[in-house]
Amino acid sequence: MKKLLLASAAMSLVAAGAMAEGEVKLGLLLGYTGPLETLAPPMAAAAELAAAEVNESGNFLDGTTVTTVRADDTCIDGSAAQAAAERLVTADGVSALVGAMCSGVTGVVLQNVARPNGIGMISPSATSPALSTVESDGLFFRTSPSDARQGQILVDMMRDRGYDTIAITYTNNDYGKGLADSIEEAFTASGGTVTIDAPHEDGKADYSAEVAALAAAGGQVLVVAGYIDQGGRGIIQGALDTGAFDTFVLPDGMYGESIIDNIGDAMNGSFGDAPGSDSNGADIFAEMSAAAGFDGTAAFSGQTYDAAAMILLAMQAAGSTDPKAWTEHVMDIANAPGEPILPGELGKALELISQGVDIDYVGATAVELIPPGEVAGNFREFEIQDGKIVTIGFR
Amino acid sequence: MDILNALVVFLNFVFIPAATYGSQLALGALGVTFVYAILRFSNFAHGDTMAFGAMVTIYATWGLQALGVSLGPLPTALLALPVGIAVTAVFLLATDRVVFRFYREKRAAPIIVAIVSLGVMFVLNGIVRLFIGVDDVIFLDGLRQIITPADFKAWSGLDEGLGLKMSQAITLVVAIISVILLFWFLNRTRTGKSMRAYSDNEDLALLSGINPDRVVAVTWIIVAALTTTAGVLYGLDKTFKAYVYFQLLLPIFAAAIVGGLGSPLGAIVGGYIIAFSEVIVTYAWKKVVTYLVPESWAPDGLLQLVTTDYKFAVSFSILVIVLIFMPTGIFKGKSV
Repeated sequence: MKKLLLASAAMSLVAAGAMAEGEVKLGLLLGYTGPLETLAPPMAAAAELAAAEVNESGNFLDGTTVTTVRADDTCIDGSAAQAAAERLVTADGVSALVGAMCSGVTGVVLQNVARPNGIGMISPSATSPALSTVESDGLFFRTSPSDARQGQILVDMMRDRGYDTIAITYTNNDYGKGLADSIEEAFTASGGTVTIDAPHEDGKADYSAEVAALAAAGGQVLVVAGYIDQGGRGIIQGALDTGAFDTFVLPDGMYGESIIDNIGDAMNGSFGDAPGSDSNGADIFAEMSAAAGFDGTAAFSGQTYDAAAMILLAMQAAGSTDPKAWTEHVMDIANAPGEPILPGELGKALELISQGVDIDYVGATAVELIPPGEVAGNFREFEIQDGKIVTIGFR
Repeated sequence: MDILNALVVFLNFVFIPAATYGSQLALGALGVTFVYAILRFSNFAHGDTMAFGAMVTIYATWGLQALGVSLGPLPTALLALPVGIAVTAVFLLATDRVVFRFYREKRAAPIIVAIVSLGVMFVLNGIVRLFIGVDDVIFLDGLRQIITPADFKAWSGLDEGLGLKMSQAITLVVAIISVILLFWFLNRTRTGKSMRAYSDNEDLALLSGINPDRVVAVTWIIVAALTTTAGVLYGLDKTFKAYVYFQLLLPIFAAAIVGGLGSPLGAIVGGYIIAFSEVIVTYAWKKVVTYLVPESWAPDGLLQLVTTDYKFAVSFSILVIVLIFMPTGIFKGKSV
């Protein structure tokens, strides 16, 4: 406790010091080394782009400038990530963290650095469902949807169509298992029955045994949480040939034209989802990133831009760089009502905030936050009608 | 009515798939047994020979399709099959000339030749991947299903549907024709009889004036016909993928050994035993049982002995049990 008090005291001193110099520091805690090291450079560049945009406008907190400091979270090594985050907080004196990159180290940094020091953080890329329920003191946000979200979206789609017994088959890896588990959990919670939740292996020629087991369990629809050019297609073909199922639910891994090319009219009536939104923020951001010399279409690059931008806009709304103050405004600036803000409009947004006008940050990834502070995720709902993939709406 | 429904479910999900798969295995196991009986080694390159034959047939099918030739409701691949068999036969004869003849003349131990065939397998595997790639190739055309489950339901008024794919019907018909031709050849023709003589006792056969080169050549041609047919039928029924044929090696050898290595009849019976065991053991019997027993006894669980992940474990277990308790197999073939 004493340590914590000391740390907080030291922290507020540092923060006050930073304020006095008219400069605020943003820590970019990403996995510059480790298993996702190729993703980190465009992410960091995106955050730096947001900071540069804010500086250029000169509207931020009476001309305060934003500087960014990079630190390596290694993606997988919790103690290294913790050390890096502590250095950012104590030595560099950052007021907020963009990061961490991977779910595991994000949890470590949140519990061991952010909460004890009272530093707010927005992770652009941690997607573990566990982070939705973790103790965060309101300091943690993320701009990527939890893996559980897609499960919930699919369940909503099935319930809206009136299905109450379903069978699930998934490709036997982390993606398939995680998705199938979240669908099963959400569907059972909504009062429906999951008759079977069985894995299938990709790369086989014959799925008749798997289909036979699914058929024995029964269900109104079959959820195929697999890959379109692998076992997923084999399962669907087998199920159609034996008449086991005639309607299929297709998560993002099963989205594509090739399923119609290979199977044909029998796919009519099947439905599913794929990431996507009706906002043009992604296109604007891609142009901005190309001009700045990095690839904004790389995974999580847009999310990182949004994370940095939201931190700065929330600081503006709070009129302070104190984490206690700005973290309370993140939800306000991210959601409606208010003036929609696209990438490249940060200067305008800062001005609007200082005039006391509400804003609704849309950004590169159509951000919409849901409690406890993560994006809902945008999914395009599609249905196959007359041999074509038709977009029904967005969720 | 419930008994009829149970029967339809059983036919749809157990009997038809298992009979089809069993026919494909039987044709494959016949080839293994032939090589073992006459050339006296276990040919590990068998699975990839099937892939090679299927690949050539696919190329021929594409050629025919480009020319606009079609068999109407039947797949064009049937027309291309003789081309596949001929090319595969030439390829196998060349392999024999370059590789196996060397070891045969030296009278090398069977295990050495078996290991040599492993090398041939890797080369063949590489050739197939190099030419056609590792992706799925769908080359079935014409009518896909003879009976669709929906039509069957409408016709019979039952709750359960029965589907019969064209490829399943073709597999059964072609397998029966091939087996009849083969047995006629072995029992009625001079060449067939000389092959059996060579298999029973090589030295005696040579003394009675049988030309060994001719026997070997005919064996390879028959093996080419059997493997290509099995490979094409499997590819039509399931899907063609360069490396799934390698995975078929285990059930095929299990089938040949269960039936008795060297016994053609054993290979056929073994093929069906392995196929039916794999399907019956991994099938979830819930639906069938639910139809048969009074409502209050209906099971909650799936009634599945092992999950489908363990399909290959079933053929492996049968193989081990047979080797321990019955090394010569059901039809008293040669012990391994």
